[in-house]
Amino acid sequence: MEHIELSYPEAKRLITRRAHVGVVGSGDLEVLLEPSRDGVAHVTVTTSVDGFGDAWKAVLDRFFSKFGGAVRIHINDAGATPGNVLLRLEQAAEAVEQ
Amino acid sequence: MNMTNLSPEFLNRRSFIELDARARAQCLFDQGTSTELVGPFDRIESPWLPRQGIAPQSDDGCIIFKGKIGGSPAVAIAFEGAFQGGSVGEVSGAKMTAALDLAARDSEAGKPTSAVLLLETGGVRLQEANLGLAAVAEIVSSALALRRHAPVITIVAGTVGCFGGMSLAAGVSSYTIMTREGRLGLNGAEVIEQESGVDEFDASDRALIWAIHGGEQRVGMGLADSLVEDDADEIAATVRGYVRAGVPAKHRSEQVEFYRKRIAAIDTSSQIDPATLRQKWSNSKGRVR
Repeated sequence: MEHIELSYPEAKRLITRRAHVGVVGSGDLEVLLEPSRDGVAHVTVTTSVDGFGDAWKAVLDRFFSKFGGAVRIHINDAGATPGNVLLRLEQAAEAVEQ
Repeated sequence: MNMTNLSPEFLNRRSFIELDARARAQCLFDQGTSTELVGPFDRIESPWLPRQGIAPQSDDGCIIFKGKIGGSPAVAIAFEGAFQGGSVGEVSGAKMTAALDLAARDSEAGKPTSAVLLLETGGVRLQEANLGLAAVAEIVSSALALRRHAPVITIVAGTVGCFGGMSLAAGVSSYTIMTREGRLGLNGAEVIEQESGVDEFDASDRALIWAIHGGEQRVGMGLADSLVEDDADEIAATVRGYVRAGVPAKHRSEQVEFYRKRIAAIDTSSQIDPATLRQKWSNSKGRVR
């Protein structure tokens, strides 16, 4: 199991709602997305699969390049593929911007 | 595709099985009355799973909603079958027990509060074995305390089914609702095969498993109360009916002598098949429900 922490200081757009999507089932993950307390974005990931830190960073970099919201994201992951991770992140982003 | 050949009842209904545990629990309540208790943002996770290299879930796979069903106060406790097989650990067990206890406390204070258990679970979480076993004991005792005041209604919809320690919770509930896809039993098929061999029970024989554990058989034998379609509206209506009916005159699990006699009357000199058993038991005199 691995724990990953990332910060996105340039993500400063105000987000007021929170969202919870997904389930920690095989090949899936849950995303908890809520407004950040210090005005910039923070991400923590708990994943059951070790050694994919670079892939996590690439997926989250891509997500924040479009999203830009000051949010705190926590992910519990049970071996989701990068594509699946991005879909769940976008689903959570859609839920807070509705 | 020729749409005229497809059954409109099937196309128009809202599947219950396809919903996750949170959506299943929510759809039972009167519109706008339900709130989630100890939700994912409270982050009450299992402290034991990460120590064993397993990612936890923010609600530990146990989702609690409080609200009104058919105008009456009710609490729904739903297990998420996709997370660790819907298993009961320390945290999910404590959440369920606390919800049942609060419902019992409200009921004793003159506000009867029904409980709906949405069970998609293989039973005790093996990674938290002893704590899970203790949780099952607490859950059963809390369910017994509540059912004196208000009905405890179990739904086994599928696809995980309800097995192990949690089948005891289903066993002591006032009413059990099942779909044809749902399964209910103490030992799951894989466990029986592993312990007693493939000659005793072939866990790959799906027709056999559903003929024994399936909803149609359980309701047919009088061991569950309602057989429903995989339809969220029908299931919600059935739950409302049982909330309205209130506490049954006699719970199934109180009829120990009745079931003992029934089992004693079975001729075990030859192998009995599920259809014969269903016919025998459904025709028995003295069947209460």
